[in-house]
Order: sequence, then structure tokens, then C-alpha cells
Amino acid sequence: MELVLALGFGALVAAGTYMTLARHTLRMVLGLSVIAIAVNMLLFVAGGIGTTTPALIASGADVAAPDSANPLPQALVLTAIVIGFALLAFALVLAYRAHLALRTVDTDAMREAEPVEEGGR
Amino acid sequence: MRETDPGYVPPKVMPSPILSASAGLLASVMMVIAIVILLRGHNAPGGGFIGGLVACGAYVVIAFAFGAKRSLKLLGIHPVTMAGVGLVLAVLSGLPSLGLGIPFLTHLWSDVPTELGVLKLGTTYLFDIGVFLVVVGSFTAFFFMFEEN
Amino acid sequence: MNVDLLLTLPVLIPLTASALCVAAWGAMRLQVAITVISSAALLVVSLILLMAVAHGAVLVTRFGDWAAPFAIAFAADRLAGAMVAVTGVLGLAVAIYAMADVRRIAAISGFYPLYNGLLSGVTGAFLTADLFNLYVWFEVMLIASFGLLVLNKTRDQLDAGMKYLALNILGTLLFLAGIALAYNAAGTLNLADLAVTLQSGEQGAVGDIAAWLLLLAFLMKAGAFPLFAWLPASYHTGSIAVTAIFAGLLTKVGVYAIIRIYTLVVPLEGTLLQPILLVVAGLTMVTGVFGAAVQWDVRRILSFHIISQIGYMLLGLALYTPYAIAAAVFYVVHHIIVKANLFLVAGVMAREGGSYDVRENGGLALMTPFLAVLFLVPALSLGGIPPLSGFWAKLMIIDAGLEVEAWILTGVALAVGLLTLFSMGKIWAYAFWRAPAGAVRRTVGWQRMVPIAGLAAVTVAIGLNAEPLVAFSLAAAEQLIEPTDYIAALLPPEGAAVAEADQ
Repeated sequence: MELVLALGFGALVAAGTYMTLARHTLRMVLGLSVIAIAVNMLLFVAGGIGTTTPALIASGADVAAPDSANPLPQALVLTAIVIGFALLAFALVLAYRAHLALRTVDTDAMREAEPVEEGGR
Repeated sequence: MRETDPGYVPPKVMPSPILSASAGLLASVMMVIAIVILLRGHNAPGGGFIGGLVACGAYVVIAFAFGAKRSLKLLGIHPVTMAGVGLVLAVLSGLPSLGLGIPFLTHLWSDVPTELGVLKLGTTYLFDIGVFLVVVGSFTAFFFMFEEN
Repeated sequence: MNVDLLLTLPVLIPLTASALCVAAWGAMRLQVAITVISSAALLVVSLILLMAVAHGAVLVTRFGDWAAPFAIAFAADRLAGAMVAVTGVLGLAVAIYAMADVRRIAAISGFYPLYNGLLSGVTGAFLTADLFNLYVWFEVMLIASFGLLVLNKTRDQLDAGMKYLALNILGTLLFLAGIALAYNAAGTLNLADLAVTLQSGEQGAVGDIAAWLLLLAFLMKAGAFPLFAWLPASYHTGSIAVTAIFAGLLTKVGVYAIIRIYTLVVPLEGTLLQPILLVVAGLTMVTGVFGAAVQWDVRRILSFHIISQIGYMLLGLALYTPYAIAAAVFYVVHHIIVKANLFLVAGVMAREGGSYDVRENGGLALMTPFLAVLFLVPALSLGGIPPLSGFWAKLMIIDAGLEVEAWILTGVALAVGLLTLFSMGKIWAYAFWRAPAGAVRRTVGWQRMVPIAGLAAVTVAIGLNAEPLVAFSLAAAEQLIEPTDYIAALLPPEGAAVAEADQ
């Protein structure tokens, strides 16, 4: 199982990186979100895998069952997903606005902030 | 004409009659479920965040069926204002504990006796309702930002 | 004031102000009033906090009253106290400047809520003692900064926003991956608990990789070589109030995180990271200053100088002697004030002279001698001319370098200092000293001049009476190198925790 998860993480990061390197802004944003998914998975797996018992405290008991799953990575990954979602939403709105204003989706053609003739990079 | 070409206009899509017929019912059921999820959230799976997401679903269904204007009107106040009010409520819920000299966000509980049994009321409800409003407000704000374009 | 309140308020005040500004959507005057009042309140609270930690106490509060290693904790030692205090100073100065500077379209798009949100993210990052919570504050800061950067929705802002966004999201993902591995290695995210667990030496390679990933992420946020491309691509497109607060605080949060993590959790000394950070510091100084040399836009010149100055701070940490770390702390405090002030001056220069391009400017020294003086104070301070604050900052770094016989890096630091002075000289010679070039003078209200004069006064005060801040930095560095107090405050032994709960 660990090997499968590790390979899956690697594949997602590779795919995300490949997409991020594209010149199309939308592809770039989607690539970042694929890497984000991979990292979220890493965060979730970091707490250990194996048990699937939910970490809920039964009524009447004081502590969760001893073999229940680690709830902390679940909380962390939920937070990370929400933040990642907000960033993605913002990135998509920005990419769309940039497309409308600059009339291009090619990152190489986006030289508005750093004009070539002014000794930009 | 490709979608990357300048001057590309996406084709208009007719709203489906099935959607517009069922949207009202669907949205009201989703809204009720959202509130149930919000209220049961402290001791059972649920809470302000998930309840808020379901409520967003209700507004989005209305927006798909009848347009964003109708949905905004149903919301009552500007979605951004709603998020702000929610954030204020969430912050407020942590303040009583600070006044008592214990750390921020330590939640306080009181038991209110009613005819049906003891009702446990706590500052966490205020927090959850705040979260609910933040989620509904900010997510619908994002959604309408797309719709306006 | 009780400790819980004192540690919570620096975040709570701007956060509440942000929420109130959002709730008052559309009521501009109300938002301005909320922002100025809350920034003033933040300054007062942060100064009280600074006073409380100045004598070496480490204050801790645990949210929700959870037990020691599990609760999300806020902690303040001397460094955190100083950073929050400087944030308070800058927050108020820029809030006043923004009253005149922020255009109506930017205000309607939400400048004030985002500005307050940014401040709460920054103070949260300075105060938190939990790695994941640090990530959350970084994100609060980042989302607010995205919004602020593209407020006017001009073409160059949207272009710059894309680059800023893409590279910063990448940095964030590296940070998150580092957190995942650190949690895997140590099973905790409380900074003190992490320090104890990781230094016990049983965590193996995963902990090392986590340390590498986190350093990479923080270097990216700090704008260090070779990960700074997002900074000069974007900073100059924002309105001046936005750029000033970015220049003052955002990269410095990255530097703060590096100082905090690599003294407390993974002490830099003797690790493989130390020589790497030394090289990175040197290259950051050099690339930043050369980047500035070929620019003509005042804001772009200043943006590149942020990068070169980050190099000095990293050098101070990488040398890793108590004196060198004190130099880094001094440098950060000095730099936040001076760099933000230079951007504020640049805004007034463009109003008086009509352009940000120094070649199209001229004669400002004759037209506005007062502004010329106010430019010279931070500019010469940045170049390291005595008796201004930058002189002491550079002197300490170079002195610390000589102490450990790091000849090459000390030479680089000296040379970069001269080149910085050359850059400032370029702005002076073109924009101030030449004959006037058909300038369009526009009104410059007190809202713009008071913050500039105030920050310049702070620079001069630090310069003329450097002794207290030097002593404070040395004490702060001692606390950083020997973090026993910090760890003990965050992880009280069993008996102490019970006693604390009984009180």
C-alpha cells in the first residue's frame, strides 16, 4: 500500500510539474492544482496508514477506540484543501481576467509588467 | 473559431426545463438539510463549514436555473457583507473566554432546561454560525464573480 | 494586561478590523476610520507586548485551553515581540499614507479589508509556535496580498499577479510538503516539541528532507537567490501603499521563519544547510544589487534592493554566532522601516515629478527641498552611511563576518554596500539634482508626508542612539541560540502544567 501511495504521489507531482511548465496559463494553474492534490495526499499519509476506524468517541466513552485512525492529519488536510481551493478559485479568476485584459493566454507573451525594451530579464 | 482566438463568444445555453421546474424544491430541501447539518455539528459529523457548502449548493442551483440575479436577491444581503458578518460572529464567540481570563477560543457552555430536556447552548454555536455565514458569503461571492463575466 | 489577551490582540485587532471593513462593504469613510483606529490600537498593543518581553520573559497562550503539546500555541520572545512592534509602526504609517494614496477603484475592490487581513496574517506568523499554524498565517497573508496586488485591475497588475500567484503557490506547496514530512518524522507540529524530537536524532532521513523542503519554501518567500523571480516581476505594479507594506513586511516574514526554524527546530550550526545558506546569502546580495543597477524605474530599483538586503539578513543567520544573529535581527528591524519608507518617498517623487522613471524626472531637490532631505535619510541609511541605522546594521554584519574570518563574504557585503550607495546616488543624481524636466506638480497632502517624516525620524533615532537596539538584538540572539526558555515555556514539565492549570 505504501509503495502504491508513493508511486501515486510521484506520478501526480510529475504530471503537475509537466503541466505547470506549459505556456498556457490555464494549463499552468491546473498543473499547480494537481501538485496541490499530491501534497495534500502526502500530508494525509504522513500520519500513518492502515486503520480505517473513524476517530469518533462513542457516546459514554471518554476516549476514542485505541485502533482508530489519527484524526490530526485529517484536520490538517481538510484545512489545506480549503486553503488550496481558495487559492485555485482566485487563480482561475485571475487567469480569466488576465486573458480578457491581455488578450493572450501565452505566458511568454505576458510582458506588460516587465517590458522587454526596458532591460527586463 | 477556437476559444483562444480574440473575439470568441461562448454559445448561449438554454436552461433545461427539468432543472427550472425542480430547482425551487431542490434548493429549499438543500437549505433545510444545510441548517440541520449546521445545528447537529458539534457532537456529530457536520458543522458550519459543511452546512455552509450545502447551502451554497442551494444558491448555485437557483443561479443555474433562473440566473445569478434571482439567486443574489434570495441571499438578501451582498455576499461579501455576509462573509464579514460571519467573521465578526466567529471572532466574537472567542471573546467571552478572554474576558474571564482564560485563553481565546475556550468555549463556554450553559445548560438551558426546556420541556423536551436540557438544551446545551454554547459559544461554539456562535462560532459555527459565523463559519456558516463566511462559507456561504465567500463561496457565493466567488461564484457570482464568474457569473457576472 | 493578562498574557492571553496580550498575545491574542495583535492578531485579533486587525482580523476584527478586516471583518468589520468587509461588513461595512461600500461605506468607504467608515472603512478608513476602522483601519486607522485599528492600526493605532495595534501599535499600542504591540508596544506593550514588546515591553513585556524586553526583559527576557517568553509569553505563551494556548488556544481553547488545550494541554501543552496539543494546543495551537502563540508564543512571544524578544524577536517575535520586536517584529510585531515594527509591524505595528509600519501598519499605522502605511494606513495613514493610504488615506491619500489609495484610489477609489482600489478602495471599492476591498483595499481596507485586505490590508487589515494582511496585517493579521503577518502578526500571526510572527507569534505562532506551531508549524501548521504558521502555514495558515502565511496563507492568510498570501491571499490578502494577491488581492492587494491586483486591486486596480490594470493590465500590468494582472500580468504581474499571474507570476506572483504561480510562484507563491509553488512555494506554499513546498512548505506544505515540508510540514507533512516533519509531522511524519516527529509526530508533532508544535515548534518546541519538534525541536526536542528532531534533535534527539532518531528521525532519520525524513526529518532532514523536511528541513530542506522548509528551507527551500522559506527562501522562496524571502526572495532569496535563485528563487526571487516573483518579486521584481510584481512589486512595482501595485499602488505605492501596497508596495510599501509588501516591501516592508512580506519577505521579512520569510526571513523571520528561517531565523525561527533554523535556530530553534533545526539549529543551523554544523549541518549541511549552513554552507549552502552562506553561498545563497552571498549570491542573493550580488544578484539583487546588479539587478538594480540596470533599472530606471525607482520602484524596480528599490525592489531589487530588497533582494540584496535579504542577503545580508541571511548572511547574519548563516554565520551563526550570537553576534551575527544579533546583526541579522538588527538588520531586519532597520530594513523594514527604511525600505517601506523609500517606497513611500518614491510615491511622492512620482507625484511631484510626474513619473517613476528617474530619467523623466529632475530638479526635485530645488522644487521640494524637504522631500529631498526625507529621501536622503532612508537612502543613505540603506547605503550604510553613519550615523544612520543602516550604518550600524552593516557594521554589525561585517564585524561578525570578520570575527569568524569569512573574508570573501565580508568583502562581498562591503562591495554590495558600495553598489547600493551607487544606486541611491543614481536616483539622487537623476531625479533630484538635475535641472527640472517639465514636471507636473500635484498636491501632496499631510497624509503622505507625516508617515514619511515619522519613519525617517525612527531611522535617525536608531542611528543616533543605536545602543539600546544593539543590546536588545544581542539579548534576542542569545534567546535564539539557547532556546531553553522558549522550549520550557511551550512544553512545561508535567508538574508545572498542573500547577499552571490550578492558578
